[in-house]
Amino acid sequence: MTESTPLAVELRGITKRFPGVVANADIELRVRRGEVHAIVGENGAGKSTLMKTLYGMHRPDEGQILVDGREVHFRSPNDAIAAGIGMVHQHFMLADNFTVLENIVLGSEPTKGGRLDRATARRRIREISESYSLGLQPDALVEGLGVGDRQRVEIAKVLYRGATILILDEPTAVLVPQEVDELFGNLAELKREGVTVIFISHKLDEVRKVADSITVIRRGTTVGTADPRTTTARQLAELMVGAELPTPATRDSTVRETPVLRIDHLTVPGAAGGRAVVDDVSMTVREGEVVGIAGVEGNGQSELIDAVLGLRPPSAGTVVLGEEDITSWSTRRRREEGVGFIPEDRHRQGMLLEAPLWENRILGHQTRPPAVKGAFIDRKAARADTARIMREYDVRAPGPNTPAVALSGGNQQKLIVGREMSAHPRVLLAAHPTRGVDVGAQSVIWELLKDARAEGLGIVLVSADLEELIGLSDTLHVMLRGKLVATVDPRKVTPEELGGYMTGGHEASPAGAA
Amino acid sequence: MTLVRRIGTLLLAPALAVAIAVVISAVVMGLLGVDPLQVLKVMVDLGDTPTQQVTAVIAILNRSLPLFLAGLAVAIGFRMSLFNIGVEGQYRMATIMAATVGAAVALPGPLHVLLIIVVAMAVGAIWAGIVAVLKVTRGVSEVISSIMLNTIALGLASYLLTGPFRGSPDGASVVSTAEISESGRIGGLNGILDVFGLVNPPRQLYGFLPIAVVVGIVIWVLLQRTRFGFDLRATGLSPSAASASGVDARRMVVKTMLISGAVAGLIGLPDLLGRTYEYNSDFTSGLGFLGIAVALLGRNNPGGIALAAVLYAFLDRAAVPLQAASLPSSVVTIIQGTIVLAVVVANEIARRVSRQAAERSSRQTSGPVTEGSVTTGPVPATASEGTS
Repeated sequence: MTESTPLAVELRGITKRFPGVVANADIELRVRRGEVHAIVGENGAGKSTLMKTLYGMHRPDEGQILVDGREVHFRSPNDAIAAGIGMVHQHFMLADNFTVLENIVLGSEPTKGGRLDRATARRRIREISESYSLGLQPDALVEGLGVGDRQRVEIAKVLYRGATILILDEPTAVLVPQEVDELFGNLAELKREGVTVIFISHKLDEVRKVADSITVIRRGTTVGTADPRTTTARQLAELMVGAELPTPATRDSTVRETPVLRIDHLTVPGAAGGRAVVDDVSMTVREGEVVGIAGVEGNGQSELIDAVLGLRPPSAGTVVLGEEDITSWSTRRRREEGVGFIPEDRHRQGMLLEAPLWENRILGHQTRPPAVKGAFIDRKAARADTARIMREYDVRAPGPNTPAVALSGGNQQKLIVGREMSAHPRVLLAAHPTRGVDVGAQSVIWELLKDARAEGLGIVLVSADLEELIGLSDTLHVMLRGKLVATVDPRKVTPEELGGYMTGGHEASPAGAA
Repeated sequence: MTLVRRIGTLLLAPALAVAIAVVISAVVMGLLGVDPLQVLKVMVDLGDTPTQQVTAVIAILNRSLPLFLAGLAVAIGFRMSLFNIGVEGQYRMATIMAATVGAAVALPGPLHVLLIIVVAMAVGAIWAGIVAVLKVTRGVSEVISSIMLNTIALGLASYLLTGPFRGSPDGASVVSTAEISESGRIGGLNGILDVFGLVNPPRQLYGFLPIAVVVGIVIWVLLQRTRFGFDLRATGLSPSAASASGVDARRMVVKTMLISGAVAGLIGLPDLLGRTYEYNSDFTSGLGFLGIAVALLGRNNPGGIALAAVLYAFLDRAAVPLQAASLPSSVVTIIQGTIVLAVVVANEIARRVSRQAAERSSRQTSGPVTEGSVTTGPVPATASEGTS
């Protein structure tokens, strides 16, 4: 490290308290100009709080922020932008029906005589696009752009405002491997042009690939820095969790002969005359088998799960549970007969946020003991069973009466998994079961799924986490535009190959082809 | 302790709303050149003699009965995010049909009353059922269809009253249905005043009171303690989560509207069976709309709705004394109106406050870092030759 040039960003002893909690304590961060600096840590470790501090979204209670060696006090993101710091959020904030140009200038429009000066805007965007090789088309509608392009628009938006320090919050969470590579190419360009990048992630392989230096955060504080060239992903992860690491990999095959779920030529129509969202899908889930479904989001996985659950009427095909054709059954009957469900969006389909945990325990199991007695809710038993789930599944909350909204994502998810497992389902529809949960909860959930599989549960696993899919699945299908386009052997396939199938890069091929 | 706190937080928002409404109303009165304190004095003055005071209390309770039932009917819909604005029309249709059927038959006492109640509930449910059917088969918003059905109900009721159901002689000053005979009426409860050694004024306390209480308890049990109520509330909190849990959303809409309408059908009965014995062109109107306000103020909870109904009845009673004191009786309407506005705001504030409190308490037990664990000091560690 050369001491002559000041650090781009330096944080000294940053502490941020919320009522009753210290979200950040004694954070030390040193980012050199022109480097890609990764900040890694579990969900809930305090990365976001730290970045919000740096981006001026709230003020630290203690400590100093130095930008280019000068101490700064940000009262709002505007101050941070003025100091050359820009942030690309995990969830894109783009207006779909606007063009790339309009989205980029939105909020800091160049004007000429009170009207938007498109010519100036277009020229500047072209400059930015060329100097950082972003490949933007200013007049394309955002609506028609893919995820990777949208992300580049977000980056351009920040650069347009003159940022020289870029914060990227979990930028790869929404990308497939090929897009991740493109992003890393862009980051290299940015670096070459002297832009400093702060890269927040918990995907350690990526971090090691792209970062020049790494700072690890655990439980709200910085626990160390690491050199990506000399540190293994495992060492990093152990630093991050402070303990031995889980892996999704299953041990031995527990697949039995008996099928528990058979889907035959299932087709779900799209909105009014559109292409079928689930197109002639057939698959079998046997006892003790995890059938993974890989695919870029929005290729019909959610609709397939909904159809199996009875939430979306199919136009053709059958769903058979055990020996019985359940195609015409109501959702309630399917759930009663042993279809468990871990929804992809727990807030939308899995929880009543405003309701206490014990009521959430009942949700989806309204017709079965212990939560109900005849036509009545058995509040006492429901509370007791909720307390049991909290104990056995490590749901950290004050008690069964706590509203679900008060729990962290990981704890909400553990409650859902506990609730579904407690009903002893025959088939579990698990959509992104570890999305947005920390490494600790992730390993707990993986273990639970593995144990249940060993006991003969059939699992349909939809996930965007390719390692999770490859590690847990016994059979792995790839879904593209509503069709199962490939079946691969999870023991042999690599994430890159899988990414190829997911984007339609490979032709459909038999298992294990590589 | 926790119970006290729970009730405290429950009452907080409505109490705050009423306080804000009183302040705003006082300001408005001040601007109109009316002395708010004098208005307040007239409103709380129930009369000089014991007879006057007991009569005033009876008037408040009698008025609060239909308001309570109206609030209950609206609240059932609200609990599953269904806006039954059509309570007004539902109770008008129910009352005129019940009055007509009640006058047309002669049955032994309790049976006669029971028949009238059943007819009222059935008609209310059917009228509300139209809304439900339109919603689940055609996707018509219940707000739109129930408002439109209100207008239809009012028109239909006046047609029926002046036409086929007319019981009053030609040329009578008030058009009405035929009178329900003695066996179909519910006597007053003033007997209990004697038990407590109070003055027994001529004004009768409606015998419908215990029925309304039972209805309130049944609805409370249904909503809070049964599987059906759970499904209903779950649908209200999150329709998507409820249907994933196996609730048939369409069937739920129909059931909820039928129950809401059945309760709405009861609204006119305290007056019908306890005082007027006939439906006429002067029959109490507007109860359905007041019910929306009462349900909001009572936070959709039967206990709260009862309190809110009594408050609204208290305000309504004040209209006549205010006029007598040559003060504008419209201050009652102003207060009631501002309460509705204030309660909507206050409920939202209370919701956020309790949510934050819950998040805090949960973070203390499970948050990533608590005060205690930080004081032990972070452990700086370096995985390898660091760059710093």
